[in-house]
Amino acid sequence: MSKDVVTNIILRDDEDYIINMGPQHPSTHGVLRLEVCLNGETVKYVVPHIGYIHRGIEKMCEYDTYKQIIHLTDRMDYLSAHMNNEAVSLLVENALGIEVPERVKYIRAALNELNRIASHHLWWSAFGMDLGALTTFFYGLRDREKILDIFDESFGSRLLHSFVTPGGLMHDVHPNFRKNIMEFVKYFRKKLPEYKKLLTDNIIFQNRTKGIGVMTKETAIAFGVTGPSGRGSGFSCDVRKIAPYGIYDQLEFNEVLYTNGDSFDRYMVRMDEMVESMNLLEQIVDKMPEGTEFTAKMKPIVKLPEGEYFQRVETARGELDVFVVSDGKKHPYRMRFRSPNFSNMFTLNILGRGLKIADLVAISGSLDLVIPDIDR
Amino acid sequence: MILEIYSFSSLTEAIDTALNNSMAPWLATLTELVIIGIVFLSFYALLGLFLVYLERKVCAVMQNRIGPNRVGKWGLLQTIADLIKLLMKELIPIKNADQFLFNLAPYIVIAASFMAMAALPFAKGLQAIDLNVGLFYIMAVSSLGVVGILIAGWSSNSKYSLVGAMRSGAQIISYELSVGLSLLSIVIFTGSLQLSDIVASQADGWWIFKGHIPAFFAFVIYLVAGTAEINRGPFDLAEAESELTAGFHTEYSGIKFAFFFLAEYINMFIVAAVAATVFFGGWMPLHIGNWQGFNAVMDYIPSIIWFFGKTFFIIYLIMWFKWTFPRLRIDQLLTLEWKYLLPLNLINTVIIAFIVLMGWYF
Amino acid sequence: MNSIVKYFSEIFGGVRSLLTGMSVTGKYFISPGEIVTEQYPENRATLKMTDRFKGEVTMPHDENNQHQCTGCGICEVNCPNGAIEIITKKVPNESGKLVRAIDKHIYHLSMCTFCELCIKTCPSDAITWGHDFEHAVFDRTKLTKVLNKPGSSLKKKEAKS
Repeated sequence: MSKDVVTNIILRDDEDYIINMGPQHPSTHGVLRLEVCLNGETVKYVVPHIGYIHRGIEKMCEYDTYKQIIHLTDRMDYLSAHMNNEAVSLLVENALGIEVPERVKYIRAALNELNRIASHHLWWSAFGMDLGALTTFFYGLRDREKILDIFDESFGSRLLHSFVTPGGLMHDVHPNFRKNIMEFVKYFRKKLPEYKKLLTDNIIFQNRTKGIGVMTKETAIAFGVTGPSGRGSGFSCDVRKIAPYGIYDQLEFNEVLYTNGDSFDRYMVRMDEMVESMNLLEQIVDKMPEGTEFTAKMKPIVKLPEGEYFQRVETARGELDVFVVSDGKKHPYRMRFRSPNFSNMFTLNILGRGLKIADLVAISGSLDLVIPDIDR
Repeated sequence: MILEIYSFSSLTEAIDTALNNSMAPWLATLTELVIIGIVFLSFYALLGLFLVYLERKVCAVMQNRIGPNRVGKWGLLQTIADLIKLLMKELIPIKNADQFLFNLAPYIVIAASFMAMAALPFAKGLQAIDLNVGLFYIMAVSSLGVVGILIAGWSSNSKYSLVGAMRSGAQIISYELSVGLSLLSIVIFTGSLQLSDIVASQADGWWIFKGHIPAFFAFVIYLVAGTAEINRGPFDLAEAESELTAGFHTEYSGIKFAFFFLAEYINMFIVAAVAATVFFGGWMPLHIGNWQGFNAVMDYIPSIIWFFGKTFFIIYLIMWFKWTFPRLRIDQLLTLEWKYLLPLNLINTVIIAFIVLMGWYF
Repeated sequence: MNSIVKYFSEIFGGVRSLLTGMSVTGKYFISPGEIVTEQYPENRATLKMTDRFKGEVTMPHDENNQHQCTGCGICEVNCPNGAIEIITKKVPNESGKLVRAIDKHIYHLSMCTFCELCIKTCPSDAITWGHDFEHAVFDRTKLTKVLNKPGSSLKKKEAKS
């Protein structure tokens, strides 16, 4: 274990100049409270306080059937709703040994990638805004709108679409689905250079992020930091690669890896992932079988056999793990989610210590935290 | 010059004579002071409201939005509605705040910007007071505003406010140097600090053209440093919305907040107006050397339009900066000043002094 | 000497990157981009939701004030939030036998999370999505709705030919 990991100790002092960033603060994107101790402008330590949006989703799952659980998973990481849905669906399918139709797998992968791009859009927008570049917010949301329109057409909802169910999909996607994806990819390939011009290449932005909040690979592994934040430190943790699910083993894509581990590399991982996702979308649209089947044959009441089940998926923020203990009834005996944001957030003290307040905002932006996912 | 530019001094002199004929000289002076005060006060309020509206529209277009469009035609009355809302809002008393300083701070900020406006030449003959150290006066007075910001941050009894105020203090002390030096380079050309002299010296071309590259360089440095001095993005560290919620005016509400808000926009106007006066010839139309015909055509446009046109162009540049760039960090802000702007500015000033010495300018 | 070159190349590189950034916003200032914002209250007449839009759960009635709900209660069981309550009554059919029929299909919009399970599982396709999304009311009790209209009855199934 490297040195910086073991020194994650917080020494409080009565003389500390403490400011509470949050629960209502523009840069925490939700109800996260950071207890920040300052020495002038310099951060001495950061203590994250969570639990302001705890809804007890894990407990609620114990009273719901497996099909009903889906709508709760939407509300954990609301920006990667599809991936969360798919985690539970895959778990149930694998537990029961159900083989979903090929077409469903392709549609699910397409939805994942669309959702990933939409999530990164919002992150890019908000990250720019954290650093004071307010225009990025509107450019990001403008492009995200196109994806939300695709979602709207197929599922009737834009953010929380409980669309993937155990056994397949809720209903078939809209006939225009394929065409819309191609249009979006074409549109967004044209808009992406704008992002680069406006923010990535900007000298102020690079000075604000390069070398700031360096997370070593050891820290990333020790804290279980996954997703783009972990891959920015050179930690190869893409579940789509290391434990492929769905159709991902038949698609060609690169795992984006950067090695410096600073805020800028975490930023670049996400920017490159958007390109990778678009490549994936093109492959999926090409290979997607025709047809109308959207679900496998399932019993109306799903009962998992007695035992323990585990499923991991890659959400837009990292690895989401679902663990279920079943006692053979239609409700799970215990349901446990390992959410990526929880692990990612607790590196804040390691990364932000000794830097300025403004850097702390840049770091928490580059970690891309979604607070409801931390508290569940 | 074939056509004489209309001078407002004929109007003001007529008013002066009429007043002096009808009442005692001391009363006439007093009346003039009151008239000027009222004119400036209403101009100040209207300008502030218009600038807020303009900023919102400019940034809306840049961000693919529509901007204010509900109140009045094209949302023109939106800022007035906002002002009424702010007037009616409760002034929240802060526990353990230094009440006297807390209430005083907005007035210092707004008075500083108000005083600076007095010396600006708006058009030919339209200037409240033509001091022989006009440029120096404007710089001195406009930097008083930081005292108000520091007091606001200190007296609010809020940690965010204090950090914001301290940032602002460090920032303005540093950038005052660059502003002064870049203006000094033009003063070397003109040899006078009097604003009317500076404008008159540009009758055969603006300094930004006459002064070659060094003058342009001084203008760029002035623009950057001026943006920093008025606490606007990308140098809005004193507010730093995403870091310090609202910086030094976190605890202010209602009309006191509006004062800070208004003063920020008027300061922007003053910075732009000084830049327009010093580098772009103020109210002086675009004249090129001895091109009599061209100069005469330019003279048809009233001088007040020239002044406001140039000022709003520079205001637009400052807005463009704000809506494009991310915010700097406090140490990068000071690095930019002490490592880049100041040395370059000093070299630039020496070059300009050399140019003036050799007479290598038009 | 090298450091001086580096110093100035840094400045020029920085200024160039700032100017490229400004070219993006400047381009949009000159030629405004597509405005994706919905001008909501003004475009109420033309605003059309997508076909599958999940506004609220509704029960379609035909011209004879008849619906297809048998009151089986499957939607009530499937709802994860308890947003649906079914109250049944016994009515005599043609042969005078008492059969179960729907009295009130109560839908709590305030509890609904739009997961679509009720509509998906309904065996007689009696409920469907409505496109109305203007649900703001001053009183929470107004969000509790009775889906079957007063005096409505079950539609007779056409005899299969």
